[in-house]
Amino acid sequence: MLTDLTIHELGERFRRREATPTEAAREYLARIAALDPKVKAYLTVTAEAALARAAESDRRFKSGAPLGPLDGVPLGVKDVFCTRGVRTTCGSKILEAFVPPYDATVVARLLGAGAVILGKLNMDEFAMGSSTENSAYFTTRNPWDLSRVPGGSSGGSAAAVAADLAAGTFGTDTGGSIRQPAAFCGNVGLKPTYGRVSRFGLIAFASSLDQVGPFAKDVRDAALMLQAVAGHDPMDSTSAAIPVPDYAAELERGAKGLRVGIPAEYFIEGLDPEIEAAVRAAIETLKSLGATSESVSLPHTEYGLAAYYVIAPAECSSNLARYDGVKYGLRVPGARDLIEMYSRTRGAGFGAEVKRRVMLGTYALSAGYYDAYYGKAQKVRTLVQRDFQKAFERVDVIVAPTTPSAAFRMGEREDPLSMYLNDVFTIPVNLAGLPGVSVPAGFTKAGLPIGLQVIGKAFDEATVLRAAGAYEAATAWRKRKPGLAA
Amino acid sequence: MAEEKAGARRVSSAYDVVIGLEVHAQLLTRTKMFCGCSTAFGAAPNTQTCPVCQGMPGSLPVINRRAIEFGIKTGLAINCTVNSDNRFARKHYYYPDMPKNYQISQYEEPLAVHGHLDVEVDGAARRIGIERLHLEEDVGKLIHEGNLETAQSSQVDFNRAGVPLMEIVSKPDIRTSGEAGAYLRALRAIVVYLGVCDGNMEEGSMRCDANISLKPAGANEYGTKVEVKNMNSFRNVQHALEYEIKRQARALDAGERIVQETRLWDPDKGQTISMRSKEFAHDYRYFPEPDLPPLNVEPRWIEAVRATLPELPAARRARFMQAHALTAYDADLLTGSRALADYFETAVAACGKPKPVANWILNELLRELPGDDERAVAACPIPPANLASLITLIEDGTISGKIAKDVFEKMYRSGEDARTIVSREGLTQVADVEVLEAKVNEALSTHAKAADDARAGKKGALGFLVGQVMKSTDGKANPALVNKLLTEKLYKV
Repeated sequence: MLTDLTIHELGERFRRREATPTEAAREYLARIAALDPKVKAYLTVTAEAALARAAESDRRFKSGAPLGPLDGVPLGVKDVFCTRGVRTTCGSKILEAFVPPYDATVVARLLGAGAVILGKLNMDEFAMGSSTENSAYFTTRNPWDLSRVPGGSSGGSAAAVAADLAAGTFGTDTGGSIRQPAAFCGNVGLKPTYGRVSRFGLIAFASSLDQVGPFAKDVRDAALMLQAVAGHDPMDSTSAAIPVPDYAAELERGAKGLRVGIPAEYFIEGLDPEIEAAVRAAIETLKSLGATSESVSLPHTEYGLAAYYVIAPAECSSNLARYDGVKYGLRVPGARDLIEMYSRTRGAGFGAEVKRRVMLGTYALSAGYYDAYYGKAQKVRTLVQRDFQKAFERVDVIVAPTTPSAAFRMGEREDPLSMYLNDVFTIPVNLAGLPGVSVPAGFTKAGLPIGLQVIGKAFDEATVLRAAGAYEAATAWRKRKPGLAA
Repeated sequence: MAEEKAGARRVSSAYDVVIGLEVHAQLLTRTKMFCGCSTAFGAAPNTQTCPVCQGMPGSLPVINRRAIEFGIKTGLAINCTVNSDNRFARKHYYYPDMPKNYQISQYEEPLAVHGHLDVEVDGAARRIGIERLHLEEDVGKLIHEGNLETAQSSQVDFNRAGVPLMEIVSKPDIRTSGEAGAYLRALRAIVVYLGVCDGNMEEGSMRCDANISLKPAGANEYGTKVEVKNMNSFRNVQHALEYEIKRQARALDAGERIVQETRLWDPDKGQTISMRSKEFAHDYRYFPEPDLPPLNVEPRWIEAVRATLPELPAARRARFMQAHALTAYDADLLTGSRALADYFETAVAACGKPKPVANWILNELLRELPGDDERAVAACPIPPANLASLITLIEDGTISGKIAKDVFEKMYRSGEDARTIVSREGLTQVADVEVLEAKVNEALSTHAKAADDARAGKKGALGFLVGQVMKSTDGKANPALVNKLLTEKLYKV
């Protein structure tokens, strides 16, 4: 089956004319039709457009002029990216009928690379959540255990890759929203450096933290996918004008000589012993491949979560102000005046978690509280950044667990705070703006995937991928697939 | 005017007036502050918009460097320090004309700070401090069905949303409405000179809000300030301030407390009217705009902009007074816009007669033109060279001043040159002594009584006779010559 293949394997088939993009698209669409009612990864499937684009790709391969490694490859994108002419909900009722007139830069670059976009993937509303339970539409299931969550907020993107409902997908990571679901679903999830990939057309949650990245079946795919979207975008002033290296080529260098840092602050009470054991075993594997390890200290880690839950809600309260019923999206009719139109529309259009964060953020930015909350949180952020800078004076990458526990059951974490704690190991990386990847590192006894997090220096995705790739090549975790019968 | 001054004096005896002005100037950039949409005025609603200026989900701002340059230019011209570390901030409030429900503005790190403007009020020099200059984006326009209170629906036009605005905040250094007017005129002249704003208050490309408070004369502590909005002309600003000074003084005289509030100037009623304070009790929740990295304005950039600064109005005004012996008042008016000052200088260069050029511009040309701004002057049907040739015709005696006014009107209507009109219509002054002598003799014989009266020393009689001669020549007679001939005839005998 073509749906079993990685992107680089599929591309190889296309180039050798053993398969066509249309065949691949049809197989994926058939699998989505059969399995997505169980997994519930997709909010919107764009079958017609996908087949039309696959046919164009067929012609390019036929004439011997494919566009590159993503040409003809069936991909999915999180419903946080604007897609011209295709409904973009951001997992929210307030954008239920929103059809953007433009493509996000990431989407435009994927289309430019010849990719076939299968559809839009489920997510927690406005990317706020760690389980997709905050989606206004439905909860995506973890393909490894359908009673469990896939993680979030990019849960649909992770589940789609795990269930072979796309060859690869794109998500966004604000506090762990790529790495945590990748760990829960057993795939490779990469959050690049803040500024590496354009945010233009990505519906903002927390502007200073949001970053776009791929979910992939293996590290090489993640490298190819990042390659296609990375680089400066004049439409995003926060995107960096720093040259993009050849990520796939960097993978060849292996782990030999890599200095690996192990942060004591990430091996704490509350960390599932099975996960700790898997991560410690992974460190040993890396050492057996020629890497060296040493302890590093990230002393401000414990304040990261608190700082994040001031900064992210503050920015979200501002970013979400535009959803007011005036211009696009939901407008609840029958209001007698403007204020009532606003409050009815936002009252009906936003879910509980979004409202909670808008209120938190509004409070944190209010006159008289700004210094105590937002100002203080920014100082903590600086301290977290300095921790990493100091550690990276001595090591090339830092490895740690991606999450403290494996995928939890739907409905298990109703208390928001216990949900927030899920992101304790991923959030500091967002605060520091650094690249981080989650790569499969084994399974719990219950058969749930475990993720190993590899964190790198700013704009050094190449080394992050190199370490993850070397580890992956030395292990067989990725060969295991969830048992999903149609 | 006399009454205004009297009013100002009466108040100032008991209270010190404290006024600060906030001026918003739309910048004349081709594109908007944070996107590539056109800023052209008057297009069909929502045709000059894009995802960015409509506040679409996922859109991001990109700074217009030209707008920054205009801000630097203005900052330097009003003697500010231009900050190298700049940051944009979000200012939050909900209103349907604002696409994102926050405005990208500058808060803690504005583009320029600590400047001043020197103005002259009733012959006295005053220095008005400038607190800050910052850049921000304009909002859209709401079009209500009927009036705001009863409208069943409202439409929004985002063409103006995102147009670059420059806000210039004065220090509370202004003491009278006259000073406010002088400050505003000086500021307007500068932005117009620099070509960064068209300075049109009526069309809203330059807007002014005022903060005004009164305190007992000599007191150190400021009184409660009131913000006055909706003053869309220099005259309205002055009238609104005068009204507000009197209103506050009366309230204080009566032992009342001034409420901190926003009031709207109603030009029809000639009053300021309180807006419901609830609607404007904003906490703007400013925070640094995370979509824009800090903007570093390098000293090199500032110096490069400084090198492009033209001669500013104050310098030009001083030069006009010195080089052309103009009064302060005339020089002030003539430097009201760069175009007008250029017009004056071009005309003077062509005829070499500064005083008549100034008089013709100030008394005649500005009466006809719709304004003194670039647009009005550029559209003037009389080019400066033509005004110069009209003045030459007067100065060399070819036409009389009276005829010249008719010629001027014809020039303005037709765009024709003065000489063309004068020669076609035979308006050349009759300066032929023989022709005039005949007319003089005719007048003396027809109006013998008046001639006798004139000889008897009745002043009116001579004037009457001059008038008769002028009339008999259709006004073309050289009046000085007629006078001379009549005097000779009457008294020589």
